[in-house]
Amino acid sequence: MEKTVLEEIIYRQGAQRDRLLPILQDVVEQQNFLTEGDMLHIANLLQMSAAEVYGTASFYSFLPLNRKGKYMIRLCKSIIAKMKGSDQVLAAITDQLGIKPGETTADGVFSLELVNDIGWSDREPAMLINDKVFTDLDPVKVTHILTNYLKQASTQAFVTNLSTN
Amino acid sequence: METMTNTSTVRKTDLIFGRSLDTLTLLRNAMQRDKDGLIQELIDSGLRGRGGAGFPTGLKWKFAKGAPGNEKYIICNADEGEPGTFKDRVILEKAADKVFAGMGLCGWLTGATKGFIYLRNEYIWMRNHILAQMNDMNEAFRQMKLDFSIGLKMGSGAYVCGEETALIESMESKRGEPRNKPPFPAIAGYEDKPTVVNNVETWVYALLISYIGADVFAAYGTEQSTGSKLFSVSGDTPKPGVYELEMGMKLSDFVAEFGDGDTKAVQVGGASGFCVPRRKFDQVIIGFEGIPTGGSMMLFNSHRSMYHVLHNFLEFFMEESCGQCTPCRVGCQQLLLGIEAVKSKTKPAQYLDTLMEFTETMRLASKCGLGQSVGNAFNSIVNEFYEEMIY
Repeated sequence: MEKTVLEEIIYRQGAQRDRLLPILQDVVEQQNFLTEGDMLHIANLLQMSAAEVYGTASFYSFLPLNRKGKYMIRLCKSIIAKMKGSDQVLAAITDQLGIKPGETTADGVFSLELVNDIGWSDREPAMLINDKVFTDLDPVKVTHILTNYLKQASTQAFVTNLSTN
Repeated sequence: METMTNTSTVRKTDLIFGRSLDTLTLLRNAMQRDKDGLIQELIDSGLRGRGGAGFPTGLKWKFAKGAPGNEKYIICNADEGEPGTFKDRVILEKAADKVFAGMGLCGWLTGATKGFIYLRNEYIWMRNHILAQMNDMNEAFRQMKLDFSIGLKMGSGAYVCGEETALIESMESKRGEPRNKPPFPAIAGYEDKPTVVNNVETWVYALLISYIGADVFAAYGTEQSTGSKLFSVSGDTPKPGVYELEMGMKLSDFVAEFGDGDTKAVQVGGASGFCVPRRKFDQVIIGFEGIPTGGSMMLFNSHRSMYHVLHNFLEFFMEESCGQCTPCRVGCQQLLLGIEAVKSKTKPAQYLDTLMEFTETMRLASKCGLGQSVGNAFNSIVNEFYEEMIY
């Protein structure tokens, strides 16, 4: 993340040790992961050791420490999800995007993770994509959802191209 | 197989979602009362924490009220992560105002001026709704001259942060590792100040009890498990969802109401709870006299492999153990590898007994409820479905 953007986040949250988690959460909300550079810079500005920043960040599964796509898919893998067909949903995602759990598409649009219970056992299979939730999934439904995201991503790429050319 | 009857004796109640009582009226009424009298009413009601651990709510509030100092904190634990639980999600969607009003009431009673809701990141989609409800309630507190306000803290995906001291560590921007107890949060919690941590559901019941009274509440349930609570029903059931049921029901009655006619086992209390096989449905009471639950009730029918169920739970614990206590960190891993080894015949069946001894070490030597309770599911599933673990 650009230093000025990061500094803006830190300025807004306050450059104090007890604001570390909200700062890390803000960074992840904007770029979906944390880089070593981000963590070093945060450590500097909060006057704490880089190891402590890393130690805190690495504790939490929703603070990824390697590059992730623009859209983070988190499919639930609880026992109830499995009973309701989450493996078939996973297969549909893998078919459509060509990625397995833990991977990111080559164009950097999607990342896929399997996660523990996300609180929808009454309506599994369920998944999160960034800050949205989708429930009662099946292979057809999940394909539709991802197609919409793909369209959205390609429109955005087109607009970005226009403005940079 | 037992005969399943349709004449269920499960008593449904409708306290949390059913009453059309205005939330602010409830709070204003409560604040007309004598503080010690109201805390006594809570104690008399027998209300116990609805997150699962079941500590008497009135007592907790009494300790916090009596704790010295002016700086105290009120925390709503909305880190609902137990597999099969989703009732807090529904409360926060439908009745967040009652949750916040309950926190305000506790602030008034104990002298705390600051509260927080710790919301799990998996519920980030409701963040704006929560913020709006929270701001409205903070404004209402101002208007009624109650010196109390609530802030939001987000979790970041860690089951162990549902444990109250880990939650506090996380709120302080640290790794969510549980603390040693004592001291308990009521004495030294957030920022080492006296802190009341309660589950989402508990706040609502406390507020309602201030209005309906201890007697009406305690008329439901049993001696040790008074009142009703919300249950998250999932798995092999024709009607998954959240239901408010009277405490102390027999598991057989629950199954008659929610089962699909072929229920083989019920996991009571999520992955950290107990598995009850069909032949014991009749003997088990759901409550503190029998098997308590934070709400999770997962039903499995005879098509399900209990080996897969246990394998899934152990994977979950292995990933979510914070790693602080060696028996838990290594134990979760070894239990998982152990059942895989027995299944693949690289270890003899008797190895299961050794694994059950491991869980006893984990129970004795782990700091928090995570490591202490892995044995609940492990021993009950292995003991009751021994053959399924081997063949």
